[in-house]
Amino acid sequence: MNKKETVVEVSHVDFAYDGPLVLEDITLTVEEGDFLGVVGPNGSGKTTLLKIILGLLHPMRGQVRVFGQAPEKARHLISYVPQHADLDASFPISVMDVVLIGRLRKAPALGRYRKSDRQAAEEAMREAEIETLRNRRFGTLSGGQKQRVLMARALVGKPELLLLDEPTASIDGRVEQGIYELLEKLNERVTIVLVSHDLGFISTYVNHVACVNRRLVCNPTRQITGDVIEACYGGPVHMLKHKCEL
Amino acid sequence: MLEFIEVLKSNGFMQNAFVIGLLASLACGVIGTYVVVKRIVFISGGISHTVLGGMGIAYFYGYDPMHGALVSALLAALIIGFVSLRYHQYEDTIIGALWAIGMAVGILFIYKTPGYNVDLMSYLFGNILLVERASVWQLAGLDALIIFLVLLFYKRFLAVCFDEEYSELQGVGVVSTYLLLLCLIALTVVILIQVVGIILVIALLTLPAATARYYARSLGKMMILASILGAVFTSSGLMVSYGPNLPAGATIIVIAGLAYLLATVLKGLALRFHGSSH
Repeated sequence: MNKKETVVEVSHVDFAYDGPLVLEDITLTVEEGDFLGVVGPNGSGKTTLLKIILGLLHPMRGQVRVFGQAPEKARHLISYVPQHADLDASFPISVMDVVLIGRLRKAPALGRYRKSDRQAAEEAMREAEIETLRNRRFGTLSGGQKQRVLMARALVGKPELLLLDEPTASIDGRVEQGIYELLEKLNERVTIVLVSHDLGFISTYVNHVACVNRRLVCNPTRQITGDVIEACYGGPVHMLKHKCEL
Repeated sequence: MLEFIEVLKSNGFMQNAFVIGLLASLACGVIGTYVVVKRIVFISGGISHTVLGGMGIAYFYGYDPMHGALVSALLAALIIGFVSLRYHQYEDTIIGALWAIGMAVGILFIYKTPGYNVDLMSYLFGNILLVERASVWQLAGLDALIIFLVLLFYKRFLAVCFDEEYSELQGVGVVSTYLLLLCLIALTVVILIQVVGIILVIALLTLPAATARYYARSLGKMMILASILGAVFTSSGLMVSYGPNLPAGATIIVIAGLAYLLATVLKGLALRFHGSSH
């Protein structure tokens, strides 16, 4: 790899929904090939930060560039894995059809998906190891399986930047490990930003950690210590061993 | 049953009613499926009730009330769509107001129209046995337009109904897709008014789809099953109502409602005995 390209550049961003600031003066850089874990307690603004990078929300102050462009312009290079719990579990939709949604940008605007779209979806499902689930109804899957379906949907768009929101929420440890191992493999070709409230596994797989609690408490370039984590969470945290290369 | 088939052979109005019932079933099966899975029953109710305003105005000025219904349904769909996107917090209040104002305007115009006002009841509760052959062709045209647009936009509608946020990230115009869907609901409402009238439209739009949902694994299958159920409900409603001279629209809805309740109970029992459905 030549000189590392800057993938995400967030500078001095403030954001509020309808009241006090949710994010304040956030400055953050993600470089090509990074695997950044964004941690922080519930309600700390982590998901908001992801949505700002996606261009779904617009900062009140500050600037966001993704691949050197406005986020909306860079969307063809970004994929997103939302929290599966936000999706209607009673919706009659097959796994295949969920994955194909990730192909809408490349598929013809009207009419049916092409054969190449279906092949791309098959390929993404193989990579996420869910090809046997293709005809199952999405709502009947387990949390971990749903997560992999949403990852396949993200992969079918052939992203260069992958954003994940709490991919291991309400998933047990063994399944969680499988998902992180998949992400580690993907990280060989895709830059990843992952949001989590849980410091447990994250530290063994990511190569940078940013703690957000309205402000950016710990910048990914600094050494992560117990003090910094405590500052982020506002109290002592039972920490697992950290093997961050920082 | 045999008596009904004899009537169907000889009576032109009964034939019209039967065909309209089938056309309505197709539209309500396909579009009702979107209404149910996207949970926009209230929005659809707003569109369908506001239509009385357009019908009343058309009636007063001597136009075909069905054309008034078509124009006002599309207009209501766009206004209500705009309200639900722009003022999401007050959505139900504003739609409730439009719903009532539309009906009130319609009643005022119908009241002030000279002549004998028998039509108000048939607008509100439908009179499928009085529909002319010419209207059948117009409704068939509307049906064809609805099916054509759904085939064209199928994957976009599916994406927007399931996950609006991801659709936006994929460059799908979420607002335009949503408004188009509401316009298709408006066209469907115009067809269904012929069968069951304004008041009962929402039942025919949702009950077949809601029943089908218990048994369908995909949106397409749900549409097919809902259309078949709709055809069974409308045909059997016509048949049952003919002998004792009951209002056809209300009979159809009672049958559809009972079927839905039965399906709900059966589903509940199945879940209790098997744990999960799949």
